[in-house]
Amino acid sequence: MSLQNITLISFGRFEQDFLDRLVKNVSHEFNITVRVKEGHIDLSDYYDSVRRQYNGNDLIKEVDAKYSIDSVKTIGIFNVDLFIPILTYIFGQAYLNGRTGIASLYRLSNERYGMIADNEILLNRAIKEVIHELGHTLGLIHCHAPTCVMRSSTYVEDIDQKNYNLCQKCRNELINLLG
Amino acid sequence: MTRKISILVVDDEESVRDSLYNWFKEDGYRVECAENAKIALSILESESFDIILADIKMPGMDGLEMLRRIKALKKESIIIVMTAFATVDTAVQALKDGAFDYVTKPFDPDDLSHLVRNATKQISLIEENEVLKVKVATLENIEDLIGVSDVMQKVLKQVESVAQSNSSVIITGESGTGKELIARAIHANSSRKYFPLVSVHCGALTESLLESELFGHEKGAFTGAVYNRKGRFEMADSGTIFLDEIATISPKMQIELLRVLETKSFIRVGGNKEISSDFRVICATNKDLKSMVEDGSFREDLYYRLNVVNIHVPPLRERQGDIPLLVDYFIKKYCMSMNKPPVTIDPSALQRLEEFKFPGNIRELENMIERAIVIGNGKKIFLKDLPIEKSFIESPYESLDDNEKSHIAQILNKYNWNISRSAKALKVDRVTLYNKIKKFDLKPLEK
Repeated sequence: MSLQNITLISFGRFEQDFLDRLVKNVSHEFNITVRVKEGHIDLSDYYDSVRRQYNGNDLIKEVDAKYSIDSVKTIGIFNVDLFIPILTYIFGQAYLNGRTGIASLYRLSNERYGMIADNEILLNRAIKEVIHELGHTLGLIHCHAPTCVMRSSTYVEDIDQKNYNLCQKCRNELINLLG
Repeated sequence: MTRKISILVVDDEESVRDSLYNWFKEDGYRVECAENAKIALSILESESFDIILADIKMPGMDGLEMLRRIKALKKESIIIVMTAFATVDTAVQALKDGAFDYVTKPFDPDDLSHLVRNATKQISLIEENEVLKVKVATLENIEDLIGVSDVMQKVLKQVESVAQSNSSVIITGESGTGKELIARAIHANSSRKYFPLVSVHCGALTESLLESELFGHEKGAFTGAVYNRKGRFEMADSGTIFLDEIATISPKMQIELLRVLETKSFIRVGGNKEISSDFRVICATNKDLKSMVEDGSFREDLYYRLNVVNIHVPPLRERQGDIPLLVDYFIKKYCMSMNKPPVTIDPSALQRLEEFKFPGNIRELENMIERAIVIGNGKKIFLKDLPIEKSFIESPYESLDDNEKSHIAQILNKYNWNISRSAKALKVDRVTLYNKIKKFDLKPLEK
């Protein structure tokens, strides 16, 4: 398998500068051109009125069906509160060794936790989250290295502890996976 | 833990199965899913999983019934029960039935990670425990009892056969031959191995102390008895009690001991309640108990009660073929405990050890090797590192004349036949030395 393309699909409103910087950093980590496209999904179909959240399982299926193409890794970027039935929330999810992942900025912003909004911090977290989900689509599993971007993060503070980068072990694993 | 943990998810809701499947896959676990209890049980018939995550409310057989069935088949299974409708009753019932944990859906991502981490830790502990059990079971016979000589092989066979029974054993042998090790090996190979082996060195205690040590005492039984204290017989319940130096116990204690051995019950010193204990007794002595019975210093009835099986541990001088193995074992043991690289032994030093009679038996050999490793050069043990007194080395000659001749010749050779220096070393005058040379017809070695 060779990585030919990465596409980020934005669902909802995002500042162009934010998306440009996101693309630049993701592109740098995987050393490949990353494209951005705008996507359109009627999110109300995925809204769970009891939980007042959006169903991440159904959304990833939809992105996979409508926006993903073989040999391209696609990450859908949202700005809504995602959940999966068993968990109270998720930052994002991906098909392991598949072609699709999703990530949401909703729980990555400071103001969600009663702090002053900070676009730099939000961007940092978004970059890590997108690279993390892309890593899963490429076949990487969670890593125990404290600063590796593939380390599992269940709290937003966990994301802040990580770097943007894959650790050497994950990098070697990725080279193996890509053949 | 380095191996891949396996998880079976049992839930009738597809979305739950998919979510957990993806979540655990990303964590690197091996995951399988079943949509009901029946399918889960059939999967478990052919495959085993480290962790089973099961929903309580499922059509057909519910999660609690499945939990009971899995536990009946494999008691150590780790099952985490999930429910969307938590009630105290179901939680209590699940835990009573052996669930590892009980969680309410949906849960925080962090809770799920913790849950699986705790379960993984538990699996590691169970596996570690199994490894240690095997290690403990083989520790005594494999590592500590060393001997390829016929006499030692005979002892090891006796240990093996006697271990399976509950009979009393007397281990006889000189001091330092490893009688306690034999007792440990019997215990470690018996069905009592997971219970304590309690050792009592009877010779080290006075009569009253030994009584309190063996039977325990009640608070206030004597001055200083501030608390109730369990005795060694009580502590050895389900296990083995090892009474070392049994020949040293007083006639009064002999009667007490006989009574305990016959009834397997006793009363603590200062107490009035009879306490029962299920123990096996192993005794050791370096005395000839039979002759002590004949001269009346050891009770005959107690002797026969204890001497159901007798194992005699041979002195080291009767199993000299085992010395190289023992030396090798003690070198490894002490180098490891002192954090030193393994040393070797010079062939002449080993030969001297093989000739030595070791009045202190294995204990003496062990001490010699330990000392040699401490004072040696860290690479090789030489003769000079061994505290062997020449007088203890057995002479190949039996007659005094032959020994005298050999010794004088050795001294003369050592001092290059310098008569003055040799006479001084032998502490005789020159004339006496000349007379001895003439008498034994000694001549300098040809060069």
